[in-house]
Amino acid sequence: MTSPILEVHNLCKSFGGVVATDNVNLQVTEGEIHALIGPNGAGKTTLISQLSGLLTPDSGSIFFQGNDITGLPPYRFSQAGLARSFQITSVFQELSLQDNVALAVQAHAGHAFRFWRNARKDQALQKPALDYLSRVGLADRADWLASEVSHGERRQLEIAMALATDPVLLLLDEPMAGMGKDESAELIDILNRLRGTKTLLLIEHDMDAVFALADRISVLVYGKVIASGTPAEIKSDTRVRNAYLGEDDN
Amino acid sequence: MNPALKNTSTAWLSVVMVVLLAAVPYVLYVSGNTFWLDIFTRLVILAIAACGLNLILGLGGLVSFGHAAYIGIGAYAVGIPAYHETYGGLDAIASYNGFVHLGLALLTSAVFAFITGVISLRTRGVNFIMITMAFGQMMFYAIVSLETYGGDDGLTIDLRSELPLINLDSPLSLYGLCYVSLLVIVFFTYRIRHSRFGLTLQGAKSNEERMNAIGVNCYKYQLTAFVLSGVVCGYAGFLLGNFTTFISPEMMDWTRSGEIMFMVILGGAATLWGPVIGAIIFIVLEFVLSEYTVYWHLPFGLLLIFSVLFLRGGVTGALHRLGKPAVRSQS
Amino acid sequence: METSILFIQLLNGLQLGILLFLLSAGLTLTFGIMDFVNLAHGALYMLGAFFCATLTLYTGSFILAVLLAIPLTALAGFILEKLVVQHLYDRDHLDHVLATFGLILCIDTMVHIIWGPEGMAIPLPDFLNSQVELLPGIVFPTFRLLIIAIGLIAAAGLYILVNHTRLGMLIRAGASNRTMVGALGVDIRTLFSGVFALGAALAGLAGMLIAPITEASIGMGSDIIITTFVVIIIGGVGSMKGAFLAALIIGLIDTFGRSFLDDIFKLVMSSEAAETAAPAVSAMLIYILMAVILAFRPQGLFPPLTR
Repeated sequence: MTSPILEVHNLCKSFGGVVATDNVNLQVTEGEIHALIGPNGAGKTTLISQLSGLLTPDSGSIFFQGNDITGLPPYRFSQAGLARSFQITSVFQELSLQDNVALAVQAHAGHAFRFWRNARKDQALQKPALDYLSRVGLADRADWLASEVSHGERRQLEIAMALATDPVLLLLDEPMAGMGKDESAELIDILNRLRGTKTLLLIEHDMDAVFALADRISVLVYGKVIASGTPAEIKSDTRVRNAYLGEDDN
Repeated sequence: MNPALKNTSTAWLSVVMVVLLAAVPYVLYVSGNTFWLDIFTRLVILAIAACGLNLILGLGGLVSFGHAAYIGIGAYAVGIPAYHETYGGLDAIASYNGFVHLGLALLTSAVFAFITGVISLRTRGVNFIMITMAFGQMMFYAIVSLETYGGDDGLTIDLRSELPLINLDSPLSLYGLCYVSLLVIVFFTYRIRHSRFGLTLQGAKSNEERMNAIGVNCYKYQLTAFVLSGVVCGYAGFLLGNFTTFISPEMMDWTRSGEIMFMVILGGAATLWGPVIGAIIFIVLEFVLSEYTVYWHLPFGLLLIFSVLFLRGGVTGALHRLGKPAVRSQS
Repeated sequence: METSILFIQLLNGLQLGILLFLLSAGLTLTFGIMDFVNLAHGALYMLGAFFCATLTLYTGSFILAVLLAIPLTALAGFILEKLVVQHLYDRDHLDHVLATFGLILCIDTMVHIIWGPEGMAIPLPDFLNSQVELLPGIVFPTFRLLIIAIGLIAAAGLYILVNHTRLGMLIRAGASNRTMVGALGVDIRTLFSGVFALGAALAGLAGMLIAPITEASIGMGSDIIITTFVVIIIGGVGSMKGAFLAALIIGLIDTFGRSFLDDIFKLVMSSEAAETAAPAVSAMLIYILMAVILAFRPQGLFPPLTR
């Protein structure tokens, strides 16, 4: 645990009078798995979207590895080393799993102004692509189309794609959403294996998953971070219990 | 469809196409049916234009509705220098030299595509359709207003482009040039489709937000594809000008753009030979229907509507679906 | 002299702008509410003109013909919507474009079969076929004034529709999703057919108003539809207010370009060069304007909120 890799200062975002992000301050430390929890409508996805550049905050700033990246276009966020997965699975449905990951490998490798050589026979692309697929347990599905595999497998694919851009920080928006128990367990396992090599910021509803994974937790309610701390601290925090855990869990 | 199976069927289709487009017109021409060679020449030129459009429409998923403008640019790049060589004026470009014509056609197409692409590619969906349409029509009106080159009435090309080794006045040589050009362009699109560049375009077509999320700025790739696409259509225009020797703004009217788009979609966008098959279907329909009635646009329009309503993915797509095994079961 | 020409061209530009607004209003409705791209909108404009021409011939009254032709064009739009358009709402824009392109071919050919290849002139009654002296020394055709008046009335009607009805709420929100329409508690299919018919009637009305000046002809729709698209793009696709303002801007700029550009060019270049360049530039003027506006505002001047 060293310095914060991601620092968010006084971030605000509202949509036509509705405040979705209200003066949020957040710090993610290098190497940790940081979970962001909160009730529905707390503004978690809005926050993640700002952290990945898809939304531009109204005010406040985002520092990543010491650089101010507020307001840059989304592809610059990714180039800076922030990768995200989406709450609603977002992959290239018409392409094979291997092509999906190859695109991410290629994106990380730099420009794609190569018009002649067959990318599907390009070992510099396909070998790492296959490698990332096997890391999430999808190697045997490599030539299937993304539209042909199960929902859980598409989520795994998303993580493989995010990993393929070799990010410093992974933003995962409800990776377990819509998964069965077995699939969730497998994904928790995959994410656990990333511990220490990547920094993870994850939004999750599944509290079992959160407490199984997170080093630290931040609680977002009505656009505000009301608490940040270790799982034990969060569990015993009365504000959190009142605002969130109390009414939701037991 | 199984990728290996698909590859073999594409390979067979390629063999059939290559042989058919060479043998049939040659035999017909030698046996005295010169009229048929004209039909085939027009077919191949339209197929080249359709392949050009397919680069942006099929591969990039961007519905550009102004590609007839590039055909016009290519054709006038033959007509205008030839006109000035005959009647004087504009010494800078006046020439019968084919390389001057070709260079002008490709360069002007590229510049026009670049300028309009820079602006229109910042938009998507319906805006993009209408903007490309408007830019295409701008070119149409620009040519109409140029009285020197006949305006509305068009311009007759007195002398075809002069090229070394190839005499474009010979119908067979002209066809040969068109035929070889088509094969080169089909092969070129095949390589592009499977290159990193092509993969990027297909990714952008499939899910642009995701491309951004993995760190790719799609704009510059789409702009490159847009320019390439315009240049190929400009080249088709260069050939068309030399073929018809009469050019008019009518060839760049927006309904012409619609016809090229019809070819790409009906033949099956995003497939290798789809645009060529589409051009064949178009020519056959035009020929057969206009035999029966001068009002052939009516059944043609109906067919277009029906194919949109009932035939998704074009003819090639429908054929593929026929031969496609049931969706893979989860194992 | 100079100012009187300027004034008359101002009115001419206004009249063209009003016409363009009638056309773009229909497109904005179908696009704003149904998210449907209708290339065949120009064909409805043409149909309106031909209906009106024939009815004028039979009834002997242009006014009566217009009153009959408006519901007739609306009916044509209604039938088209039921037969073809309705099945395309769920499809992507490419399918809209192709199918309505097919519709254009069909409608153009049918008009050719029914009315022949020649255009049809529409005679105006005497009280319209006259000129009024607006200011001392400035006379202007009565009929063109009428076009402006009718267009403004239609614009006022649409203003009320957009700003004071629940249907208008959808347009203002730029909403093209069915859940929101469903939330209004109306039958979606009927609503969509009705909106399409209304758009058709507006396009038809524009055709009826221009036909006495230019005559009804095949291809009149294909020419004007692109200009209408330019209007919509500049105004911001889906915005009624944008369509109105952009229509007036385009009408004025096009008219002024065609009448004054050669004089302006002659100030800076030889008159020979000006006479070559002016028509070319004035023909491209509105497209250049579109390009410049889009370079700064890719979504047009007044984009709806959610798009």
